[in-house]
Amino acid sequence: MNETIEKRHMGLRASRALSNTIIYILLIIMSVIWLIPFVCIVLQSFRCESTWQVGYVIPQQWGFDNYVRLWQTNFPRWYLNTFIIALVVAALQTIIVLCMSYTLSRFRFRARAGLMRFMLILGMFPGMLAMIILYRVLDDLGLTGNNSLPGLILVYVASSGMGYYVSKGFFDTISKSLDEAARIDGATRAQVLTKIILPLSKPIVIYTILTGFMGPWGDFVFARYVSQLKPLGMNVAVGLQSWLATDTMTFNNYTLFCAGGVVVALPVALLFMFLQKYYVEGVTGGAVKG
Amino acid sequence: MKRYSDLEFLRLSKGQKFLYKLIAFFASIPRAVANFFIGIGRFFKKLGVGIATELADVVSTFAKGDWKTKLSYVVMGFGSIARGQVLRGLLFLIFELVFIFYMVTSGGYWMSMLPSLGKIGPHEEYNAILDTHYPVYGDNSFKILLYGVLTIFFIIAFIYTWRLNVKQNKIAQEYEKAGRKLKSGADDLRSLVDEQFYKTLLALPLLGIVIFTVMPIVFMILVAFTNYDGAHNGYSNQLFTWVGLENFRTMFSWDVGGVNYSATFGEVLTWTLIWAFFATFTNYFLGIFVAMMINKKGIKLKKMWRTILILTIAIPQFISLLYVSRMFSINGLVNGALQALHITSTPIDFWGTPKLARIMVIVINIWIGIPYLMLIATGILMNIPADLYESTRIDGANAWQQFSKITLPYMLFITGPYLLTSFTGNMNNFNVIYLLTGGKPTNIAASGAAGSVGYTDLLITWLFKITTGSDTKYYLASVVGIMVFVVVSVITLIVYGLLPSVKNEEDFQ
Repeated sequence: MNETIEKRHMGLRASRALSNTIIYILLIIMSVIWLIPFVCIVLQSFRCESTWQVGYVIPQQWGFDNYVRLWQTNFPRWYLNTFIIALVVAALQTIIVLCMSYTLSRFRFRARAGLMRFMLILGMFPGMLAMIILYRVLDDLGLTGNNSLPGLILVYVASSGMGYYVSKGFFDTISKSLDEAARIDGATRAQVLTKIILPLSKPIVIYTILTGFMGPWGDFVFARYVSQLKPLGMNVAVGLQSWLATDTMTFNNYTLFCAGGVVVALPVALLFMFLQKYYVEGVTGGAVKG
Repeated sequence: MKRYSDLEFLRLSKGQKFLYKLIAFFASIPRAVANFFIGIGRFFKKLGVGIATELADVVSTFAKGDWKTKLSYVVMGFGSIARGQVLRGLLFLIFELVFIFYMVTSGGYWMSMLPSLGKIGPHEEYNAILDTHYPVYGDNSFKILLYGVLTIFFIIAFIYTWRLNVKQNKIAQEYEKAGRKLKSGADDLRSLVDEQFYKTLLALPLLGIVIFTVMPIVFMILVAFTNYDGAHNGYSNQLFTWVGLENFRTMFSWDVGGVNYSATFGEVLTWTLIWAFFATFTNYFLGIFVAMMINKKGIKLKKMWRTILILTIAIPQFISLLYVSRMFSINGLVNGALQALHITSTPIDFWGTPKLARIMVIVINIWIGIPYLMLIATGILMNIPADLYESTRIDGANAWQQFSKITLPYMLFITGPYLLTSFTGNMNNFNVIYLLTGGKPTNIAASGAAGSVGYTDLLITWLFKITTGSDTKYYLASVVGIMVFVVVSVITLIVYGLLPSVKNEEDFQ
């Protein structure tokens, strides 16, 4: 009797060990697939013997040539552009999104339901349609081409109120009895927000800043249209993409693209990894609340 | 179709249950569609009734009003000032003055030009002194349409404010009659950080949305009814004008100058739906699967696995996707490796054939999409009570049964709305397609339609090509955009009606 139980136990343990081994193998394979492109891009950015695309990964001649060359192009300017845009957008967008989401979470006013439905419907229109007219308007204001920085910031920030869902979901989870207690003690609505709710909302504030900061690094559609590929008005995404788009056998920037990609991805990815916790909270909360 | 009661349903066999549910699902689609149209009808009925009651109230307020109220119908804010609410009254008055000034100086002009979108195009005039012809620019159709829309917005805002002004007078008059004290300007200001704090908070975000989202969308919807394109840019070459439903007719006809637009549209739409389906569900199930693997008891280094996967979120897509796209090109790394390992002798053209290119974008999208789903699924999986698994294990359920009976239903129930938004999000997933293939390989048969459409083009990338390509047909882009909206909204509304858990937002508070 005892023996059979022992046997079954061993069988269970063996099958668990087997399934865990399979999982480890799968996870290792996945990790390799996920990492290969990033390892390759780093390796190729150090290649010095040629600047075009080749079919092998390990450079025959190592060196920092591409990074040095990067410095001589307009890349530093693009980098600065993107950095400024990202900083300003992160700050302003956070204020706008928090205003919007806090209001929709806490106040029950007459137009509320209609407003939310309206924005839901608005979100179903492809935003790309607005591009043509926004470009023409910005052009009239002189905010395109080499001066596209303020124009881009304006457009990114102005429409950011639509993305209130995640932080509204967060505010919904903060108990309303806190507000009511403070109101009974004589606090105004504004004081409730600044003194009670905001100190509790650190995770969502960081999430909003993080997404606001990362967005401009990746935008190449609108930024490309607004900057019209003028050298001083581009951001890194537009610039690097234009290098790859004009990449031919005679005029090639392939390794330059790799080096630029590394320089852009490194700080952004590090920042993201550093604040990962907040991002995960935001994303999971947002999906559960729909 | 026969409807079973709960008891009868339970008595059915597994296959019958599945069949019954399947039939029930399809049977409910017509009702959902009908509900959709009934909903639209109801909306307009509500709108009509609303306007009628407002009008009735305006008339009755005038009939019952004293002379202060009556004068306020013409001089906005007069009643408020006369009754001591100076701040409110002044705001009304200033708004009215600004409105009149705007309408007289420019608004009237834009409105008068709106029906024609400009009369005098660019032309040449003769200069007698220099004895030459020189070009003269006439009206600007684009500006007329733009400022026309703005003026209409302004007029609507004025009507709303005027109505508010009338309502104010009515209330103030009632207060006076009852002998109650009216709110002072200081009270109004104080309430803006208290009871009406929401108005303060919403002012700026909503202003931004109206100017930079609503207005452009209204403008672009109107463009669908004009002939605005590269050759009619409304200023320097030719004016554009209203053409009615002509563009929609073009999009849905079989033969316009030898080009079959409706076939192209159908092809792109079909691929868009196929893509959205696979992109959503492959990511969904594989993401759950990966999350379960990492979460499994006894698996070590959980944080490291997650961090590796999250790399594709952390690194901007234009870098990772452009690079991956190059990896799979003819002289790229993948072909290099395949040849070095003697698996193939000639390079595979991953992006060259329609079928292979389509499979590739779906597969690479998995690479991009799994990490998101893994994060979301991890959060939800942790919320499933552990004793559910415990008790089913005692009852002898195996891992697959646990997954299909507990995990999956729970996930589907909670993430139903998310699945829907991610489906519509994938329909408009510009980045993945544009960065990986740019819509290629080109569809020769369909490329006669604007924007040289390719086999991997979604509606949204096609729209982009029409807008920015060599022959910019803005009116056609606008039609495509409207069709995207129609498809997305119809799918959303119908599926929303079918979802088991249309969330109750108060639940979590």
